[in-house]
Amino acid sequence: MTNPNPISRLEYPGSQGANAAPLISPRNYTFLQTYIYRESGIVLDDDKQYLFESRLRPIVIREGLASIDALCDLVATGRSPALATRVIDAMTTNETLFFRDTAIFEVMKTTVLPELIAAAGSRKLRIWSAASSTGQEAYSLAITLLEARIDPSRVEIIGTDLCEQVVERAATGKYVQFEVGRGMPILLLMKYFTKVGLDWQIKPEVRNMVHFQKLDLRGSFAALGKFDLVLCRNVLIYFDATTKEQIIASIAKTILPGGMLVLGCAETLISVDHKYERKVFGHSTFYAVR
Amino acid sequence: MKKALVVDDSRAIRTMLSRILVRYGFEVAQAGDGSEALVVLEQHHGDFDLLCVDYNMPVMNGLELLSEMREQPRFDDIPIMMVTTETQIDFITSALALGANEYVMKPFTDVMVLEKLQTLGLVPYE
Repeated sequence: MTNPNPISRLEYPGSQGANAAPLISPRNYTFLQTYIYRESGIVLDDDKQYLFESRLRPIVIREGLASIDALCDLVATGRSPALATRVIDAMTTNETLFFRDTAIFEVMKTTVLPELIAAAGSRKLRIWSAASSTGQEAYSLAITLLEARIDPSRVEIIGTDLCEQVVERAATGKYVQFEVGRGMPILLLMKYFTKVGLDWQIKPEVRNMVHFQKLDLRGSFAALGKFDLVLCRNVLIYFDATTKEQIIASIAKTILPGGMLVLGCAETLISVDHKYERKVFGHSTFYAVR
Repeated sequence: MKKALVVDDSRAIRTMLSRILVRYGFEVAQAGDGSEALVVLEQHHGDFDLLCVDYNMPVMNGLELLSEMREQPRFDDIPIMMVTTETQIDFITSALALGANEYVMKPFTDVMVLEKLQTLGLVPYE
């Protein structure tokens, strides 16, 4: 992975003038791309300077370092695994919101989940929110199940993410105003959250439906068991074609007969070798294993 | 074209919200408080697809406007989105009881407004 483009001279706020320093040297840009790919499998293209800046600047400031270059030097020594983890966490945490692509949650509520729970018979329905970030998708699923009047004791939802910090945060079920303002319908907010000071705490009846754990999508999923429904949305785009194909194939092995995979609404399996069959419900696409 | 009425005593907020709504295909009218909003509603015979209503306004606040609208059945069908800094449970409960359909907390961004418009079925999902 190379960076043929010159890195523009970018500065910290207030650093303009004689003391201004470039944020990332071309050498360190390439180092970060390679390091993050090796540690997470995530591909960061040559035009992501802004992302490195916005995600790594808080670490630089907190550590009292002079620049992102200084941070890179420190990570490269390998002497601070905790710092390296924070860099990976910062670069791999992606946007999430409640009920992202609402149409898919509507079709799950009205059609998919009732059908899956009926097919599950006496066993628990198992759902996996892969790359669950701070938990919005997993809790949206839990709320959807409750709204579909499905007995929560018949369901198990597992959320996984590469980033340890977001896994811990997801488990708390606590969100700031801005986060609940993203996608959470006001009626559901009032029904399933409690206001705690300035924050919103998801109620125990929802929180207890979901378990979160750390997981690298490039690793083995064997310990997770099998699922009726897997949501792996808006995450595969960050992997290269080979890794994406491996993850898709590994997920297929976790899906029970009759179960399905859900991708992001802008994602497809076109150009990927796979064993899935498209199933369309309304305007939403699900993938069943052939 | 869909029509929206933005009710806020802050010209800056009215302008910002109007720009966002125009971007998503709305024709926008504005009012500086609840009583002005009632006049605009009358003038347009209630022909709006959305009302964006602040709470803290002089003369007639947002909840008073919603109460007035409840008295007039011809305004019943207009979706109402509260756009306010008020996040106390009692306030939200009152707004919902008076007919508010959605809620945007200030400060808001373009995408937050878009998501609420989609929730209300006023803008299609991409």
